[in-house]
Parts: sequence; C-alpha cells; structure tokens
Amino acid sequence: MGAVYCGVDIGASSTKLVLVGADGRVMARAMEPSGVDYAATARRCLETARQAAAGAAEPTATVATGYGRDNVDFAQETRTEIHCHGLGCWHDLRQAMSIVDIGGQDNKVIHLDENGRRREFRMNRKCAAGTGAFLEEVALRLALQVGDLNALATMATESVSLGSFCTVFAKTEILAHLRRGSPVQGIVRGAFESVVARIVEMDPLEGTVVATGGVVAHNPMIVEILAAKLGRPVVMPTAPQFTGALGAALTAAGLHEQTRPEPA
Amino acid sequence: MSDKSSKIKALQATGLMRELMGGHFRELDEAARTRDRKIAWCTSVGPAELLRSFGFLVYFPENHGAVLGSSRAAADLIPLANARGYSPDICSYLTSDIGSYLAGRTPLQKAFGMEGVPRPDILVYNTNQCRDVQDWFAFYQREWGVPMVGIDTQRSLGDLTSDHMDGLVAQHRALIPVLEQVSGRKFDLDRLKEVVASSYRCTQLWKRVLQLAAHRPSPLTFFDATIQMGPAVVLRGTPEAEQYYPVLIAELEARINAGEAAVAGEKHRFYWEGMPVWGKLRDHAEQFAGMGVCVVASTYCNSWIFEPLGASDPFEGMARSYTELFIVRSEAYKEAYLKRMIDLYAIDGVIYHDAKTCPNNSNCRYGLPKRLSDSTGVPYVTINGDLNDLRLYSEEQTRTQFEALVEQLPGRR
Ligand code: SF4
Repeated sequence: MGAVYCGVDIGASSTKLVLVGADGRVMARAMEPSGVDYAATARRCLETARQAAAGAAEPTATVATGYGRDNVDFAQETRTEIHCHGLGCWHDLRQAMSIVDIGGQDNKVIHLDENGRRREFRMNRKCAAGTGAFLEEVALRLALQVGDLNALATMATESVSLGSFCTVFAKTEILAHLRRGSPVQGIVRGAFESVVARIVEMDPLEGTVVATGGVVAHNPMIVEILAAKLGRPVVMPTAPQFTGALGAALTAAGLHEQTRPEPA
Repeated sequence: MSDKSSKIKALQATGLMRELMGGHFRELDEAARTRDRKIAWCTSVGPAELLRSFGFLVYFPENHGAVLGSSRAAADLIPLANARGYSPDICSYLTSDIGSYLAGRTPLQKAFGMEGVPRPDILVYNTNQCRDVQDWFAFYQREWGVPMVGIDTQRSLGDLTSDHMDGLVAQHRALIPVLEQVSGRKFDLDRLKEVVASSYRCTQLWKRVLQLAAHRPSPLTFFDATIQMGPAVVLRGTPEAEQYYPVLIAELEARINAGEAAVAGEKHRFYWEGMPVWGKLRDHAEQFAGMGVCVVASTYCNSWIFEPLGASDPFEGMARSYTELFIVRSEAYKEAYLKRMIDLYAIDGVIYHDAKTCPNNSNCRYGLPKRLSDSTGVPYVTINGDLNDLRLYSEEQTRTQFEALVEQLPGRR
C-alpha cells in the first residue's frame, strides 16, 4: 500500500479529516463534532478514516487547519483555513474563482487567480450574523432542529424579511413575525436570505463562485438563494464540508499549485 | 507555523526612557499636590509648545489612555463610563480614562507612586484628530470647573491653503489671553521660539529613529516604536526628549553595524495602518516574530513627526504641523502617503486595523486598501478590533488573518 497523507480541519463546530494518496486522490473522509478535546477528536477521526480506507497505513505527513490547528499532536505542520479551502477548491475545479465558505462561527471569501494563487481574502466582522451560529439561534427560537431548516425553507411559498445585521435583533424580529402569525417556513426562508445578504455585503463576488462549508452542505437551499441573488450558478465542490481538510491533506502531500499534476 | 520561543530583541535604551518618563510623571504629581506649578492637559498632537512656553507642566490624557489599554486596566473601566451614558461606540481612550476617574484607579499610582491623574488648571484640545477629544475634556471641565479652550481644525483636507493657515494661526494666538490669565505669566515670544525649536529637534531625532527601520534587516519593530515614542509624545519641547533619542539612535545604529535584526531571521516586512491594539501588543509582536515578519513601520508612529516646526514663525510652525498630519488629510493624500511608505520601507504586506471606536484612525472604510493593493501589488489584510476595548477584538480571527497574509506572500505555499 502507498503513502498516505492526512489533512485535519478542526472547526468551531466539527472536525473534518481527509486522507489522500501521493497523487492527491481522496482515500477516505471522516467527521465528528469537535467537542472539547480536539486532539482526541482528531485521533478518532483518523482511526475512522483509516478503517474506511481498508486499513490505510499511518499517514506519512499530517497538516492541521481550522481554529484548533495547534492542538493536533500528530500534525507536523499547520496552515490557515484560508490557505486550505483555497487549495481544496482549486484541486476540484482548477480555475479562477471566488470561494464563499460559510462556517459555524465565521464566513470567508477567498479569491484565487487562474493559477490557483490567492489574490485576496476577507473574513466576516466580529459577529455571528450570517454564520452557522446564526442559524442555530434561529432554530432554537423556532423550536426546530438545525437539520430541519432546509426542508422547511424549500416548502416556503413566501419569505419573511429579517432586516437586521445583528443576531439578537434578528431574533426579536422573528418574535414579532411569530406574533403576527407568519408561517415558520417563510421565517426560515427569511433567515436563509439573511445569511446570503451578509455574504454579498462582504465582497462583490466576481467570476465563478464556489460555496463550501458545513452550512451549505446541510442547506443547499442557501446556495440556490445565493445563485438567484447573483444571477448565475454557484458551484459546489464534491464534499463542500471537507475542502479545508482536503487542502490540508494536499499540503501534507506536497501537492501545492506548482507541483500538482494536471487533472486527468 | 509560529515559533513559541521569543525572537524579539529587547532595547537597552528603554531603561533610560522609563527613568525620564518617571521623572515627568513625578513632577506632575508633585505639582498636583503642592499646586506650585500650573498643569495643562493637552491633546497629543498639540498645541503643547504654546502651553510649555507659559511654564505649564503638560499632561496628555491620550497617553494615559494608551497606558490603560496596554495594562489591560481598560477592561474593567470602560463599562463604568458606558453605564454613565458614554457609549461603547465612542473613543475607548475616552471611556477608559473616564472610567479610571470614576473608579479612582490608574496604573500611574503603582508605576510612579502618583496620587492619581494630575488635576489640571486648564484643558486645551485640538480637534485635528477627532471630535471625541473635545467631549472627553468637557467631562473634566464639568467635573472640576476648570476652563477649557481649543483649536477647531478642519478635517479631510487636501492641500493646506493660506486661508486654512490664517484661521489656524489666529486660533492659536487667540489662546494667549486665557493662557496668560491661568498661568499668571505674560506671553514670551522668545520662550515660545525656544520650546518650538526644542520640539523640532526632538522631531528630527524621532524621524531618524523611525527611518532606521528602512534598513534590512530592521533594527526596530512597530511594536518597539509604540513604546519608544513616549518621549516624542509627552516630553517633546523639553531637554529630556532631546537627551533620550541620541541614546536610542546609537543603539539602533550599533545593531545595524553588527547586522543584528529586531526580529531574528527577518523574512518579510509589514506596515501597520491604524491604531495599535494596546492590550495585545506583546502577543502581536510575538506572533509576527515567530513567522519571521518584522512590522517595520506605521502611520501611527510617524504621526509625531512635525517638520513645519522648523518654520521661522512659531505660530505658523505649530499651526501647520498640527494640520499637515495624516489624520487630518483627505483620502487621496492618505493613499499617496501610504504608497510612499510602502516604497520607503520595502513593504511586503499591509495590515489595516479597523478600530471600532476610532473611525478617524481607521483608514480602511472608504475602499483605500483595495485601491492601494491594486496599484502597488502589495497584499493586505483588514482586522477588526479596537485600541482599548478588547470586547471588540477576536483573538482567533486576528491570529488566522495575520497568518493567512504571510501564507499569501510570493514564494510561500
Ligand atoms: S483619534 Fe481616536 S483614539 Fe484618538 S482621541 Fe480621537 S477617537 Fe480617541
């Protein structure tokens, strides 16, 4: 069996791990809630992934990314999520693009040029508005599970607008709508639109737009709303929640832009 | 990617600086107790020279603001001012300082054995930097019933015209009668000329300090400079400031001659635009040093260089110095200025600090970073934070953004 390279992305809500071979092909993925002991979570993900890859060898090299990147004791190096998301998306798509990553606690916009080099990046301002944390708050206020949101938004026949920047204000807006008897589906749809509004405020999003992160993976409706807002399709990579971990694994394998093989 | 052991080299001259600064604070404390000398509070960029010429001991509340920020005392003090109706969205120097007054607590007590901040005989502001200073001083005017006077400077200026200058010179002159009355001394033009000449010499020395950072590797970081600027801010116009900087310059030149870097193994050179995050100075210095980055220059530290003080007419010199500053100028002026700094210091990346409570020192709000990056090809990052209010700062986001900017530099993967 050949060399195995590991990338682990410890995010605020969940830990994602990807194993790739020397050619950059994905061998296995694993994911768990990050919990409180990041190192233990990362190690469990590694075991799960190795089993899934039919007992793959111990990784030759591991790169960690995400907020918990310094806590992975088996990683030799760390990289930022910004680097790893860029590389992960580039591996899939190989073109100039604007990446929109909607995470549990923050949003990022990353611009890559036609050679996969990063031109610019932005992170959201210090506020939960437009992030996964905002949707969790909304679900809580509506007595729903986060996992129910996408189906409800799809069913909405109208959308209730939430105008506020602020998560706390948005929740009071929701209370007002409930008092007025607005349908829950419409409120959820409005919350999704508010996420998209926060994103398009961050950046003009020119060229090909790619959406990544757990929020879009679980709520494809958000990607549809974003596409409608931009007036053109939005691309989703193969496993949008794993692009950071994939970029880390590719970095571990030394497959950064200059040396990566051309796509088959 | 960051190395935990410190790669920062401490400056020996700092010991002398602490002594001189200590002398200044003890002198103020003595005057506040005995009332045998008059005390004026003044905004950091003037008109201190005019006050010194009347024999006032000059105290700078903004310096106190920075002390409250870097000691992190601000965290407990800002809410006290917020509760009194001073919004968390206004200058956090102001809210820290008023909070400190309300609590009767200042780090100056422990550091210099002072009773507290020295109560003034007069408050003198200049709105060249922002309106907050006037409202800040007005709190103490009401609290203590002391007179307050000031210079109202226009803002966002392109070219400085003779109309601007005439008005500003007239405003400076108009302060004379009230300063004569409070100080009990007649205005003395020769004395003013001496003070202005001394400030000018201090400015030249401070400029030399900062320009030594153009050397590669730099003997000085921005984080050092925020500390080393103390005498240029609070002691300019006095012999102590002129005494200090030659010592510092000699040490920096010795570093250059010995090939010593402020950041061991300097690989990249950054520019800092905006206020420091005072409570995180050490952390930021360590993080950058760990990545082989020397933040070599800043707008902030360069804002205490007052070239026009060399003019033959001291009023003209003061008025021009305090109006020609970056913070007073138009967006186009600022863009051209930053471009010159990028060239002068061979900058690889620019950090913009969007300080929530200090809009006038946050130069990233009208599209400037993108324009400048497009025209120079130098990448940038904007961090959200604040000078003193760490409730407005995200450690994780900032750390990641600094690191991502380094990853983005050519030759890195
Ligand atoms: S310029 Fe900024 S930090 Fe200075 S006094 Fe004004 S608001 Fe405060």
